[in-house]
Amino acid sequence: MTVIGWLQIAAVLLCTLATAVPLGRYMARLFSGERTFLHPLLHPVERGFYRLAGVAPDRDQGWLNYAFAMLAFSAAGFAALYLILRAQGLMPFNPGQLPGLPADLAFNTAVSFLTNTNWQAYAGETTMSPFSQMAGLAVQNFLSAATGIALAMAVTRAFARAGTDQLGNFWVDMTRATLYVLLPLAILVALALVVLGVPQTLTGSVGAVTLEGAQQTIALGPVASQEAIKQLGTNGGGFFNANSAHPLENPSGLSNGLVIWAMLAISAALPITFGRMTGSERQGWAILSAMGLLLVAATATVYWAETSGTPHLTALGLDPLAGNMEGKELRFGQAMSALFVAVTTGLSCGAVNTMHDSLTPLGGLVPMLLMQLGEVLPGGVGSGLYGMVVFCVLSVFVAGLMVGRSPEFLGKKIEAREIRLAVLAVLILPLVILGFTSASALLPSALASLNNAGPHGLSELLYAYSSAAGNNGSAFAGLNANTPWFNTTLGIAMMLGRFAYVLPVLAMAGALASKPRIAASPGTFPTTSALFVGLLVGVIVILGGLQFFPALALGPIVEQVLMRDLVTF
Amino acid sequence: MISHLRPALVFVGGFTLLLGLAYPLSMTAIATTLLPHQAQGSLIRDGDRVLGSELVGQNFTAPGYFHPRPSAAATPYDAMASGGSNLGPLSQKLIDRIRADVAAAGMAAPVPADAVTASASGLDPDISPQNAQAQVARVAAARGIAPARVAELVERQTRQPILGIFGAPRVNVLALNRALDTLAAQ
Repeated sequence: MTVIGWLQIAAVLLCTLATAVPLGRYMARLFSGERTFLHPLLHPVERGFYRLAGVAPDRDQGWLNYAFAMLAFSAAGFAALYLILRAQGLMPFNPGQLPGLPADLAFNTAVSFLTNTNWQAYAGETTMSPFSQMAGLAVQNFLSAATGIALAMAVTRAFARAGTDQLGNFWVDMTRATLYVLLPLAILVALALVVLGVPQTLTGSVGAVTLEGAQQTIALGPVASQEAIKQLGTNGGGFFNANSAHPLENPSGLSNGLVIWAMLAISAALPITFGRMTGSERQGWAILSAMGLLLVAATATVYWAETSGTPHLTALGLDPLAGNMEGKELRFGQAMSALFVAVTTGLSCGAVNTMHDSLTPLGGLVPMLLMQLGEVLPGGVGSGLYGMVVFCVLSVFVAGLMVGRSPEFLGKKIEAREIRLAVLAVLILPLVILGFTSASALLPSALASLNNAGPHGLSELLYAYSSAAGNNGSAFAGLNANTPWFNTTLGIAMMLGRFAYVLPVLAMAGALASKPRIAASPGTFPTTSALFVGLLVGVIVILGGLQFFPALALGPIVEQVLMRDLVTF
Repeated sequence: MISHLRPALVFVGGFTLLLGLAYPLSMTAIATTLLPHQAQGSLIRDGDRVLGSELVGQNFTAPGYFHPRPSAAATPYDAMASGGSNLGPLSQKLIDRIRADVAAAGMAAPVPADAVTASASGLDPDISPQNAQAQVARVAAARGIAPARVAELVERQTRQPILGIFGAPRVNVLALNRALDTLAAQ
């Protein structure tokens, strides 16, 4: 670890904080129905969409109706993407004449992009045409992120409103998130990326003859426009197989800083939005503090583990000062590789600038654990905020048990129904992750997909299902996941991780919205204090830690111990 | 649920046109007009011949050229098949590969780590200044140029972190080898 390294990390995190406040307040105005500076330009487009769709923008929906709208929209998005991928050979902008995808891969990919996961069982260069990337995948990059923001706004209104069961209108929230938040930011980031060297062309590839006379075919495409929304929407599905490690997706240290900021920007702003809309910006800061504390701790752990090097390679004569360089790009350096690892999994982004499979055991444990904690640090756009609200509800409940008072959060009484729904949501992750991992570990055909033997093999499986269920999308990429078993079960894990999680959360929001707001009394546990932040961090870590510690002990933890004894597999 | 069918179809269709075609195509038009070099992959041309991209690493094996990092692609530096080795730190395969590469590189310990470890993309265009300096003797001997002049070239080609902090010090192998050809021609 070096001072320069920490300066880079601090610079990116401070930029994120600096933009979180204005962006958060802007979104609060937008989703409260106030005019913004973009209205003169975009309001006609917005109204045009409502007229075509037959949507009355003033008519709010109860939680069930909101959920149905979200499910119908997701189903239509799935169908469109699945058809585009299957019929790729018949579509335009296909200079490489790539064929349609097989059914299991098209299913897996469509679910993956629809649920904001962007797990990729394929290599972009040789599988996807520019048309599939643009009109198929990138569209869902926008819409799945907009859906996440919409859901977060519905949950926010549960605390902003009282005595009503109306949570807002899904179509309006989703449209505004797309038009007023994601699209303008994507345009800015895409242009900045082109300046920094990311290509934006409809050419599929170009042939080069090297100085030594060898042939090299360089894959190109509309990369910048895709890369921008992939980061901003915390989607993470790379244009190329190597994702953000590819020099044409992420050409320099500066572009690396920009794309890490882009990943964090909206998720870090949403707690501020939540605070503004519920009338307590301090509450937003408390939530953001808990996210930030854990994220910095995770970054420090990865940075330390990776710069400590590996004893095996030091024994072979390698310079230990460079740290573990297998699977890392030189231009980013260890600090910004470590920050990327922590951010991409603390968010539900899943873009990678480092091959996580080649991280040291401890360095690989951190991203796995961050996904298992529920991706709330600060989490995917929208999903991070509503995940964090669930943890807040559980935290006030725990505090209530300790002092023997009935728990409240932001003036809403938390009762048995809300706790049951919150726990139901939280239980989805261990059920899906541990269930499918155990099944795969018993299945010889699944084990044939492993790239590493010993405990690292188990880590590859555990990572895959943690990533899918958490809607992350990063991988211990040595695992060959393009098989019918993995395509199908990971697809199911992604769907459960998104929809089976959010339905109880919406139901909880519906129940909370209809409650009256009660004034704070001397007996109310303050939820904006440092004590609450500590409690929240504790609940997140203990809940996640207890659920997954046994599995992690068999994977990365035992591997870390064996590494010191120079064991190999 | 049925009442949501029309908006679902309209929004998916409408946004596919707006976000899937209008957005990327207008970005392409703007990028190609204002920044044609970057938009088309930062290609280096020599007349009609494309030598490669400034940003994408290439394989060099001749002793008279600086060598890049090992690439995990089946054909090293295949820019249609990016990716890393994905081998964990306890992998016997990894240890065997690195042991062989250390022996082949013939560098004195401590060996610069980037000289024998595969990058994440398999297309890393850069090597560390230490790695480049460790190759100076071999390159200078093969070219018949004084090692001091080659070492000086490496120093001139070393790029410092952007704004003094972002990224790591590095040498672009293709740029270095082109400069080396120019030096040798003088």
